[in-house]
Amino acid sequence: MPQTPMAAKPILSITDMSIVFTSPDEAPIEAVRQVDLTLTPGKTLALVGESGCGKSVTARAVLRLLDSNAQIQRGSISFAPPDEAPVDIARLKQDSLPLRAIRGNQISMIFQEPMSSLSPVHTIGDQIDEMMLLHEGLKPKAARERSVALLDQVGVPGARERADAYPFQLSGGLRQRAMIAMALACKPQILIADEPTTALDVTTQAQILDLLRQLQADFGMAMLFITHDLGVVAEIADEVAVMYLGDVVEQGSVFDVFAAPKHPYTQALMRSIPKLARKAERERLSPIKGTVPAPKDRPDGCAFTSRCPHAFEPCPSVRPARTEVGNGHHARCHLLTPVPVEEPA
Amino acid sequence: MSRLLSVENLSKQFTLGSGLWGKERRLDALTEINLEVEAGETLAIVGESGCGKTTLGRCIIAAQPVTEGRVVYHPKAGQSVELTALSKREIKPWRQDIRMIFQDPMSSLNPNMRVFDIVAEPLRIHKICKRRELEERVISTLEKVGIPAEAVGRFPHAFSGGQRQRIGIARALVLDPKLVIADEAVSALDVSIQAQVLNLLEDLKAEFGLTYIFISHDLGVVNYIADRVVVMYLGHVVENAPTEMLFERPRHPYTELLLEALPIADPTRRKPRKSEVRGEIPYLGNRPTGCPFHTRCRYAQEICRSDKPALRSINGTAQQAACHFAETLDLKGAYEDAGHSAREMAHAQ
Repeated sequence: MPQTPMAAKPILSITDMSIVFTSPDEAPIEAVRQVDLTLTPGKTLALVGESGCGKSVTARAVLRLLDSNAQIQRGSISFAPPDEAPVDIARLKQDSLPLRAIRGNQISMIFQEPMSSLSPVHTIGDQIDEMMLLHEGLKPKAARERSVALLDQVGVPGARERADAYPFQLSGGLRQRAMIAMALACKPQILIADEPTTALDVTTQAQILDLLRQLQADFGMAMLFITHDLGVVAEIADEVAVMYLGDVVEQGSVFDVFAAPKHPYTQALMRSIPKLARKAERERLSPIKGTVPAPKDRPDGCAFTSRCPHAFEPCPSVRPARTEVGNGHHARCHLLTPVPVEEPA
Repeated sequence: MSRLLSVENLSKQFTLGSGLWGKERRLDALTEINLEVEAGETLAIVGESGCGKTTLGRCIIAAQPVTEGRVVYHPKAGQSVELTALSKREIKPWRQDIRMIFQDPMSSLNPNMRVFDIVAEPLRIHKICKRRELEERVISTLEKVGIPAEAVGRFPHAFSGGQRQRIGIARALVLDPKLVIADEAVSALDVSIQAQVLNLLEDLKAEFGLTYIFISHDLGVVNYIADRVVVMYLGHVVENAPTEMLFERPRHPYTELLLEALPIADPTRRKPRKSEVRGEIPYLGNRPTGCPFHTRCRYAQEICRSDKPALRSINGTAQQAACHFAETLDLKGAYEDAGHSAREMAHAQ
């Protein structure tokens, strides 16, 4: 697999991964098609795309939190912590001990809606304690001390008293902080954040993004950040991967992708967000025509064919290859392939 | 431009049920709101959740009774109707002129009604037309928002989020309204669909000479679509200004905070750390005394804790703000090359 040139060794490499959803009365759907992603310690990879593009499914696959009708059909998820033998998470049994030792411990996750992902009948202190009781075998008293310290570190005022609060007694921002404290309880090497600020107000969002950046600097963890908001990507990411209907259509450093997007979908996405400009410089938005087709109607070739202004003859039938367009910058588009693609017989 | 609607000294209290010994607890959702809507403009109302922006919209269409103050509608020059003084029956004809588009296109369309009937219902309720004429009007309205005629017999679940929002827009427009209140009308949509709906709203505005009250929390969208912006905080209007003036140089520290928190889709403009954003919105039930924003304001002085600042024009311009120091504070705008603020200069030294 081509590796993006970087100083540090990747801690997680997803290679050629496909995820298929089966259903009793419909044809199987390949929700994620041959995705390649790498995470590096201390860096943030943002996975960006519209609803239904497969970004959450990809993230959940890393922790094997997929529903029973979803399978990782091909590819590998190689987790390589320093000083340890690499593990292929895709090959572990869903609820096996080795996987449960990784989940929540070395790789942890924060979710979009803190209200529905925290237990409503346990105090947040108890929920954070549990992580350390389970993974590190701490005594309850010691675990609570650590929980209070963590809550304090993520900026929950009055941490000792708040540890005894139930989620409904906290504001949205504080709940998300409690959730982050829980995810960090065992000092994970990878943090997966699935739309962690989408349900929050802008000022709270700015605080949480700040906090995540600060914690990443302190702990040096790799972060996989899932969002649909290009503004948030620009704020937090080092690398960005753009997904459309199960394909990673473009990936590269955040500066390269924003400065010179190569895939027509990325280009169109950038043109659909209003620029923060004065009236005189204001341009009318140029939205992407049509809507995202249902996964079962996706063409065999490039998924973006039906909405692409540049679509030409090979697009609906031939899947474009992952082409290197710059230093560590890849895209899947026939316009970028040097040699014209031959139509298969 | 003529005035289309005025909101005068509007206050809204919610009663939270009686406490011990029957003492009622009250929550001030809106406090002495004054604003004017000019015919043909797009007025944006922005603020964070719980600031009262939706309640204000609902008070304007009289979906909710007001506690104090008036909402006056001016259908023609010289004519004025006090909407807040009318009974349910009396207000009905004016409801044709003021229509609403809701945030969540799934929950605001009746799942048991076909699209045709959803859009025809306002025409039937107001007994505007029947049969042939009704059919033509419904279909032409749906076509204007981009829903093809052959789809009118389907139920809402058969449509995508963007299409459902178009149906909601058709339902608002079928009565030929003058004022449309769009409450977070594009917030639930994906970026590419959001752009389509924003363009549609602009085209319809030009075609039908509409006036919009655009309620939103997304300042990027507001800068794009609005002529004027009203910023609300804890039920108060803290700033009211033409869009460009507000984004160029805000006059209220809360506006500055909102602009600073706004993520910008350009990694080269990434700010080092946004440590300036602090605190959270206090609970409406225990609102601070004095200026409602003083608990989070980095410029707060003694006077802010005791006296409530009035909303006033700044140096005689069209920009109004409710801050004791609005004239003197040099606040930072959101445009790329917005003038250097005093704070930045201080940093440079």
